[in-house]
Amino acid sequence: MPAARTPASQFVRVAEQGRPRLRITVDGAPVEALAGDTVLTALLLAGRRVRTAEFGGGERAGFCLMGACQDCWIALGDGRRVRACTTPVSDGLAVATR
Amino acid sequence: MSDPRVVIVGAGPAGVRAAEAFVAAGLRPVVIDEADAAGGQIYRRPPAGFARPPSALYGLEAGKARRLHAAFAALRDRIDHRPGTLAWNVWDRVLHTVRDGVLAQVPYDALVLCTGAMDRVIPLPGWTLPGVFTLGGAQVALKAQGCAVGRRVAFLGTGPLLYLVAHQYRKAGAGVAAVLDTSPYGLRVRSLPGLLALPALVAKGLWYEARLRAAGVPIRTGVTPLAAAGEGAVAALEYADGAGARRRVSCDAVALGYGLKPETQLAELAGCRLAYDEPQDLWLPECDALGRAGNGLYLAGDGARIGGADAAEAAGRLAALACLGDLGLAADGAEVLRLRRRLRRQARFRLALEAAFPFPASHAAGLPDDVVLCRCEGVTAGQVRAAGLEKEAAEVNRAKALVRLGMGRCQGRVCGTAGRHVLAAALGRPVAAVGQLRAQAPVKPLNLAAAAAAAPDTPL
Amino acid sequence: MGGGLAGCSAALHLAGRGIPTVLLEKGQVGAQASGVNFGGVRQQGRHLAEVPLALRSRALWARMAELVGEDLEFRVTGHLRLARHAEDMALLERYAADVAALGLPLQLLGGNALRERFPWLSPAIPGASFCASDGQANPRLAGPAFGRAARRAGADVREGEEAVAVERDGRGFRTVTAAGLELRSRVLLNTAGAWGNRIAERFGEKAAMRTIAPQMVVTEPAPHVVQPVLGIVGGAIYLRQIERGNVIFGTGDGIADIATTRHHVLPANTLAGAAIACHLVPHLAPLQIIRVWTGIEGETEDFIPVIGPSGTTPGLFHAYGFSGHGFQLGPVVGLILSELVAEGRTESPIAPFAIGRFGSPGSR
Repeated sequence: MPAARTPASQFVRVAEQGRPRLRITVDGAPVEALAGDTVLTALLLAGRRVRTAEFGGGERAGFCLMGACQDCWIALGDGRRVRACTTPVSDGLAVATR
Repeated sequence: MSDPRVVIVGAGPAGVRAAEAFVAAGLRPVVIDEADAAGGQIYRRPPAGFARPPSALYGLEAGKARRLHAAFAALRDRIDHRPGTLAWNVWDRVLHTVRDGVLAQVPYDALVLCTGAMDRVIPLPGWTLPGVFTLGGAQVALKAQGCAVGRRVAFLGTGPLLYLVAHQYRKAGAGVAAVLDTSPYGLRVRSLPGLLALPALVAKGLWYEARLRAAGVPIRTGVTPLAAAGEGAVAALEYADGAGARRRVSCDAVALGYGLKPETQLAELAGCRLAYDEPQDLWLPECDALGRAGNGLYLAGDGARIGGADAAEAAGRLAALACLGDLGLAADGAEVLRLRRRLRRQARFRLALEAAFPFPASHAAGLPDDVVLCRCEGVTAGQVRAAGLEKEAAEVNRAKALVRLGMGRCQGRVCGTAGRHVLAAALGRPVAAVGQLRAQAPVKPLNLAAAAAAAPDTPL
Repeated sequence: MGGGLAGCSAALHLAGRGIPTVLLEKGQVGAQASGVNFGGVRQQGRHLAEVPLALRSRALWARMAELVGEDLEFRVTGHLRLARHAEDMALLERYAADVAALGLPLQLLGGNALRERFPWLSPAIPGASFCASDGQANPRLAGPAFGRAARRAGADVREGEEAVAVERDGRGFRTVTAAGLELRSRVLLNTAGAWGNRIAERFGEKAAMRTIAPQMVVTEPAPHVVQPVLGIVGGAIYLRQIERGNVIFGTGDGIADIATTRHHVLPANTLAGAAIACHLVPHLAPLQIIRVWTGIEGETEDFIPVIGPSGTTPGLFHAYGFSGHGFQLGPVVGLILSELVAEGRTESPIAPFAIGRFGSPGSR
């Protein structure tokens, strides 16, 4: 098996690719997503990070993906705080992860 | 005289079958669910617009999934369905909910809690790195988002779910780096007589394993996890194999899980006591064989006892029948007996499953001091041990008060299991003796502004 | 009797003087009001009778590491007591003058000064009184730390021991616990908090006291913006933000039962507290509440504690009924009790706290 290069994104789409595309922004930068993606899915298709942990400072990328572990809380552009894994993306959504 | 007010929390297998029984008896229960669509976790439905058929989503369980979804669809006009709604508290026969930032109070005469379960995890060095997820989470990503959690996923832990999710990943064309089971293979063989209480499930388990082997996926049993390694994100998983040799598997994701544990917070808030179950190493809410917990409270499904989807369907119906009987509405005694028999068989299977895939408590107890135990607060295993040895914490709630274990956003959901074992081992006491982290409202984080909006005229 | 902060502090100070001391605690030390209170360490806002004690206690808080081996996360963040309207400002001015005479300097701030210094505070607040030497600490750490320090100093601290009988005979006090332990002592200290009257009544006296359950709320961690501890005239809320970022606030009275030791938060109070918190500090609105709690406390009719010798029984001393604001006083109350025991007197003026103020012994 060939040695894996460090991937730039965490998640990889294996199905359901034929959905309407939409655009969100993450920390100001444009990111493409598909209708039905959660914010966490969109973040982890674009990278390998959701937030920085307060205590210990390590990066986090979600854990349970079902709204139990509370490790994916981020802010939206309007200041609201949401759990990334249970929040669907919408066109024009602004996400702040720092 | 108006109908008794029945409220069901959870629209998974247990909640759906409970609702069905209440509707058949002529009632209109309120069904509260955090998800937007019914199905729970095992029969979770992807969002609207997803194309895969049930056979792709649920494999061998497709028939059951279809039937459950159809059952709920048939009920929808005859229940008060509240999706996207969190039940955050219960007090004085009133359930407190929030949906889209709006709080509501739902008074009840009978409350049926079908709150399901989440993965039980044991930390390992590096487990907070991006790329480490729970087994259940890996399944949700695939089922509900059409994504694999990585290009090469290492599956680590124990239990039948380990093989099921790895199989689902391989079948979906995702890269499965390895399946690493902490339970020695011999335990499965020894438990076979008990497991054959439900032969179909044994057959499925063997099938998943066979398919994985046929695809060339390395399967190792009797492993000891050592570390998730990587710079900034997971790049490899290190473990000791059954013979004790150090091994390393390249991966960019780890799916971690050692069985399930029930979500019992609402039951606790409703006044239910929890009792320690040693074979399963779980603190379970006390209720009778029909799910009665007293004071109008009924429990069913994985939120009461881990049993899987089939047991949850039976338990949901059974709890509803018990409730209907208690409310003075007719109940079929023969059916109650039938359901109880089914559940007893499930319980026998469950015991054998625990023996085949035991929770490796020693891995938790023996965690290195510098491993983060509490992800939310950054509390290490060493700090928990110090709480016991130097600060005289004899049980986990005192350890929490002193070193903040379980004080974060998840309120001990993730760290509670390992925390108990670390503290008990440090003190040299049985794990039951150190108790479990007490639940308090809100059951999940509740927005301050939403709470404020529910009390608009509060004077200074 | 009673391993809250006052009792543990007394045990520490007595042991430090070489006086053999046993502390009986029916549960775990510092688990009741001492452990679940708001955590404010303040002199400001107290009944004038408490101020000299609070000043003396403040000196102990400054030496906490020396006293018990850890700082209990005490931070001198200041305490800001808000006015709701002009009448409150007048009240704050009068109070500042009164306590200045007692040796506690306060700073009065008008609207503009408030806005400049604390821009996160609602502009609806007309003014406030600031006490720079006040602060906050971690109540969960305090009782246990004092308990451990008392043990190290030689006190016999016994948890899980509930006294079921106590009486005085010719040879002194005889105490029996549920586990069958029998103790004889020359002196008995009643530091049993909300349960204080149970002991006092056996000796023919009691305080006019009811059981309360102050409720607290804590949020997830957030950037640390709110520096001082907040209070408000009328006491509708108290709020603080710890260094780790969590915001803690308290409002309302839950349900508590001293017979069963059970206590419950009333959801309506949580919501009311959230409304006040968002009103006073608007930028808190997006935060998530992650937990609520309450505990069991004793509140006297006149809202100040009972401290001092029994009115009926030589060798018996009381210190209970702290009415929701005993945390800052805990350390000095223990010191005062040790002085009363060892020297028969204390330098602190405790006359206003005499149990006899609730009526002559046996008359109620």
